Amino acid sequence: MKVKREFFRNLKELPTEELLAPGSPMCAGCGGLITLRLVLKVLGPNVVVVNAAGCLTMLAAYPYSPLRASWLYTTMGSAPAGAQGVRDALDVLIARGRLPASEDLRVVVLAGDGSTLDIGLSSMSGAIHRGLDFHYICYDNEAFGNTGFQGSSSSPFGSRTATSPAGTTQHKKDLFALWLAHRPPYAATVSAADPVDLAEKVRRSMQFRGPKLFVGLATCPPGWGIDPAQGHHVGKLALDTGIWPLKEAVHGEVRHTYVPDHLKPVEDYLQTQARFHHLFSPQRHDDILATIQNEVIGYWNEVRHREFPQTLLGELSRADLR
Amino acid sequence: MTTGLETGCALLTGNATAAWAARLADVDYVPAFPITPQTEIIESLAAWSSGGEIPARVVNLDSEHSMITAAGAAAATGCRAFTATSSQGLLYAMEALYTVAGWRVPFVLVNVSRGLAAPITLEPDHNDILAARDSGCIQIHAETCQEVLDSILMGYRIAEDPRVRLPVIVNMDGFYLSFTREPVALPDPARVRAFLPAFDPGAVAFRASRPIAQGVGALGGPLYTHFRHQAHLAARNALTVHEEVATAFELEFGRSYDVIERYQMDDAEYVLVMAGSFATKAKAAIHTLRARGRRVGLLRLRLIRPWPAEAIRRELAGRRAAAVIDQNISPGLGGILFQEVAATMISSQSRPGVMRSFVGGLGGKDISPGEFMHVVDVLENSGPDEPTEPELLYTEADWSQIHPLLVIAQTPDRHSNEEAAP
Repeated sequence: MKVKREFFRNLKELPTEELLAPGSPMCAGCGGLITLRLVLKVLGPNVVVVNAAGCLTMLAAYPYSPLRASWLYTTMGSAPAGAQGVRDALDVLIARGRLPASEDLRVVVLAGDGSTLDIGLSSMSGAIHRGLDFHYICYDNEAFGNTGFQGSSSSPFGSRTATSPAGTTQHKKDLFALWLAHRPPYAATVSAADPVDLAEKVRRSMQFRGPKLFVGLATCPPGWGIDPAQGHHVGKLALDTGIWPLKEAVHGEVRHTYVPDHLKPVEDYLQTQARFHHLFSPQRHDDILATIQNEVIGYWNEVRHREFPQTLLGELSRADLR
Repeated sequence: MTTGLETGCALLTGNATAAWAARLADVDYVPAFPITPQTEIIESLAAWSSGGEIPARVVNLDSEHSMITAAGAAAATGCRAFTATSSQGLLYAMEALYTVAGWRVPFVLVNVSRGLAAPITLEPDHNDILAARDSGCIQIHAETCQEVLDSILMGYRIAEDPRVRLPVIVNMDGFYLSFTREPVALPDPARVRAFLPAFDPGAVAFRASRPIAQGVGALGGPLYTHFRHQAHLAARNALTVHEEVATAFELEFGRSYDVIERYQMDDAEYVLVMAGSFATKAKAAIHTLRARGRRVGLLRLRLIRPWPAEAIRRELAGRRAAAVIDQNISPGLGGILFQEVAATMISSQSRPGVMRSFVGGLGGKDISPGEFMHVVDVLENSGPDEPTEPELLYTEADWSQIHPLLVIAQTPDRHSNEEAAP
């Protein structure tokens, strides 16, 4: 089930203009890069991207930038503060009559999950708390990808990283919930595997002043251990197994924008990636697999209960998985 | 507080003076984060901003790291930014400080010096500001409240000069200056505007009509070296620009500044080298010593970055002896500025025969007249071949003050034999 869309009904309606040129130094199949490309298509060219240290930092390496947008690299832990400085400066210059409003820009933070949920958490929290008018794009590849895939607090339970070779024992921090606790006007989870949903949300968000979150699951071929050509397929499986829910919150009101009628077993997703191989080989870890599966079922039962109480959607159980 | 005062002479604390300087500089943007003893600066600006007395936007950030990032980002967008911090705050911001200096953006940061933890303390020394020594920021060390005001106004001219384009840190000593009222001449705003027109960022600012990338990566040693060396040359340019700005400042306001200050230097055989407001204590001691016929002078360092090597070489050449009194300590080495002064003089044929290193005034500990006399005695009685081990300035009175505390805490008395007792 998909929600009704106001701006983009299908792929053909997405802007054809490319604001991110090909030829960047990103890995083949980088989900973060596709996410950025789609976001920029909708936001348009009048954007300044304020970047935190991470994989996408290498987009702009002297003297080249593949972006039509402006760019400011800050540090790993203070991109939201950089966005604050740029936004405030544009506001002050326009208010004091030193800059025509036509020179204004949308301010976009571009950060990975490690910057977002670990080193830059307080800077991000501060910017949301201050009501900064900006878009926050978190490309979530669920580890510190640029340094060789060490665990971050976004690494999912059971996943292997360079610093958790036997599998991550903690559970992934919930960035979406963390944002909602700050009461922003808009927050969304997105996936490059559903570009129309992503574009629709970016377009919807543009009517709100204040902090706006976009956290996109970013397939990471070298870190996840997948073939770059399989990126879209794996991203789609994350949606169909219910592991990566697509949702948005407008002024705190949460709704899911894609509710799978039937969930695929999480194993279908996990088995595609080397970072989960140890759960299947040399022997199966049924306890860990059950924990992951039960978390997903529990999540979606709560969604059905909260968002669709009047429908005939009954409680999911493991028998419903297809 | 002095709200409502427009111009003239006022009795102001160092902190109030810094706030007034930012107001007179017509700053656009003040990202802020509180820390003792600096907080009064941002409180004053926040009060003026919220009362509509100044057009600047004052925003509380979540840390000094964020605060310096925001100040740099605003400057990179074409705003005149001002901010202030102290001590731990400056260290917390250190990564951002190097970053914004690398962006080559101009703004003024006031650091109100305070000793560093641990142990945590409140009163001043210069380990905080000297930790930022290699950040690429220009450093001006003020002795008086008037110099705080003047250095901030001059600081914007230097920072914004296309030959420099670097952040400027104006340093004052916590408590001794931050909370001490002195008479300060507040210049007429119209004359400040004439001296310091609105910041023109040129083509380097974020605009819809002209996308640019700032702060981009520079991969490979040769390219990285190029940009680092450019920052070095820009900092060196600040020596020339300071001279030009000081000339313009004197023409406009009648007060004159050099990269160093000379006090009783003309015939001085023995020279004390210092920075900051404790130089005032040295001047008082020199006054007494001069009355006793001892030819002592003071060389006060105002610019510490860029390092005024030529002026130091010129001023110390031909003197009998020089003592650098460092209000900082690099554990395992001694005083930091002594190293730089000594390195500056090493190639001079006419360098002082004796150069000695003293460490004093840590965490705001007084440097008493007796301690200055002791320093001069040491200079007079030292030969050129004697070892130049740094000496800690610490008195019997200091010792008897802390000894009971050590007894209460049952702290083993390990260091008493190293203390100098003039």
